[in-house]
Amino acid sequence: MSKEILPGTPLSSEEFEKSITIEEHPNLEYSWDDGIAIGRYLKELKEGRIIARTCCGCNRTMLPPRMFCELCYRPTDEWAFVEDTGVVNTFCVTRVNWDASRRGPDEPPLIPAVVEIDGASKGMGILHLLGEVDPKKVKIGMRVKAVWKPKAQREGKITDIKYFKPY
Amino acid sequence: MSYRKVACVGAGITKFVRRAKETGRELAWEAAKMALDNAGMTLADIDCVVIGTAPDAFDGVHMKGEYLADGSGGFCKPVMRHFVGGGTGVFAPIHGWQHIASGKFETCLVVTEEKMSSCFPAPAGAFITIFDHTTEQPLGPTLIWIFALEMNRYMQRYGLTEADIAKVSVQNKLNAIDHPAAQLGAKITVKDVLESEVLAWPVKRLDISPASDGAAAIVLTSEHKARRITDKPVWVSGVGWALDTAYWATRDLYYPQYVEKAARMAYDMAGIREPNKEIHIAEPYDPFDYKMLHHMEGLLLCKRGEAAKLVADGVTARNGRLPCCPSGGALGVGNPIAATGLMKIIELFLQLRGEAGKRQVPGDPRIGVAQAWGDLMQVGTVVVMSR
Repeated sequence: MSKEILPGTPLSSEEFEKSITIEEHPNLEYSWDDGIAIGRYLKELKEGRIIARTCCGCNRTMLPPRMFCELCYRPTDEWAFVEDTGVVNTFCVTRVNWDASRRGPDEPPLIPAVVEIDGASKGMGILHLLGEVDPKKVKIGMRVKAVWKPKAQREGKITDIKYFKPY
Repeated sequence: MSYRKVACVGAGITKFVRRAKETGRELAWEAAKMALDNAGMTLADIDCVVIGTAPDAFDGVHMKGEYLADGSGGFCKPVMRHFVGGGTGVFAPIHGWQHIASGKFETCLVVTEEKMSSCFPAPAGAFITIFDHTTEQPLGPTLIWIFALEMNRYMQRYGLTEADIAKVSVQNKLNAIDHPAAQLGAKITVKDVLESEVLAWPVKRLDISPASDGAAAIVLTSEHKARRITDKPVWVSGVGWALDTAYWATRDLYYPQYVEKAARMAYDMAGIREPNKEIHIAEPYDPFDYKMLHHMEGLLLCKRGEAAKLVADGVTARNGRLPCCPSGGALGVGNPIAATGLMKIIELFLQLRGEAGKRQVPGDPRIGVAQAWGDLMQVGTVVVMSR
């Protein structure tokens, strides 16, 4: 290329930290629609049940439920309740929060996992957390079951399932 | 073939650094001007401009393409910005290729820029909204979670250890020592990687590429223009891209199907039937060490589950049979998202012209492939270059 020494001026960490930060806190809130498929999914979570949607084009029982099949590109056909048990497809053990901050020394690590739910088609997993388990003892392929919040505390959210535990 | 041949005739790049004093516009200008100078062209010779840059949320600047346009030479010209997450940088030459292959334009300035340092406390926080707002965000996910999930699945599927994977980080950071733009070129050991901070087991700090600021640019032209500009054009001989579903948890993460789709599209166009034999040099995307292995398999450069062995055997080293990331990759040169992909394209450009200096791979390479990956672990962008 045309230059021996490339442009770009690295700042030292001291200069980096000295930077003037402009903070802005726009007072914006989002009110997302839950949609036809996920709306029903959440309603059933409040009842302590997991519901999926079937497609007779590809014979899949899909989770999370959806009103159209992305493979067949046609409307899905029926609602189908699935189990609240499943198999750990993969997991990790982390102290990192969503904003890259670290969990406190007294807080246990989080164990996010992809759980393939029994009754849904093979590979139909959802993201959730594992609990009541020693992180060192978690294995891919381990069977787990949902731990639900008490009925009175459920709000129709994915967090109505507190976590999945081995069973 | 109903489209025209497209050549790369010039390249420019800034240093990749943790935080640059320059603004995004200034970085774009530096890289773009260098690419024009390298091609012996001026802005007057440029018909259109393509800009690749990743999420607006990094910079806190809305309409980043418009913001970057004049630094990218886009003043009063046809300008188009694209964004496919981490796949943006290798999509950039594809986007430029479209403009020229179609016959509409003769020359295109392709500019990529990223400034990740503006976002506090960490650019990772800007990613919360890529997760499904109803079924995933309430669980507080962050990107590193899903990469750790993917790495664990990949390791388990093929019985790989963390040490097998750490060798990629060791190789790429070593290669980067010879790259003039590099942020993290270093001689490290597998032990250093294994003993670095565990962020989300199995992912540790030294498994990951850094956050970076930087820009890169190339000039693409039609065949007849290229012949007048240089006697060493490098052809964009294959392009491919594919997007998988955003229901990322419903596909098995051990294999990047979307990368294979994109690769097959690019190889078909380039007339490559046996990529593991015909490709001389590869720049798979390596934002994490396991990703280079994952992508080598998706690019059909080896059998599934075999990539780690190729690294351990030295096959992927700069003097190996199939050099992978001779630049130093995202792990070593740095990872200013969109600019990283184009840095890989520039590496092929220099290597195929025999101009890579200390990084030059032996054996007079003639065909290379570069690839990037991104969005919600769902996009593959692939470019084959040849001379």
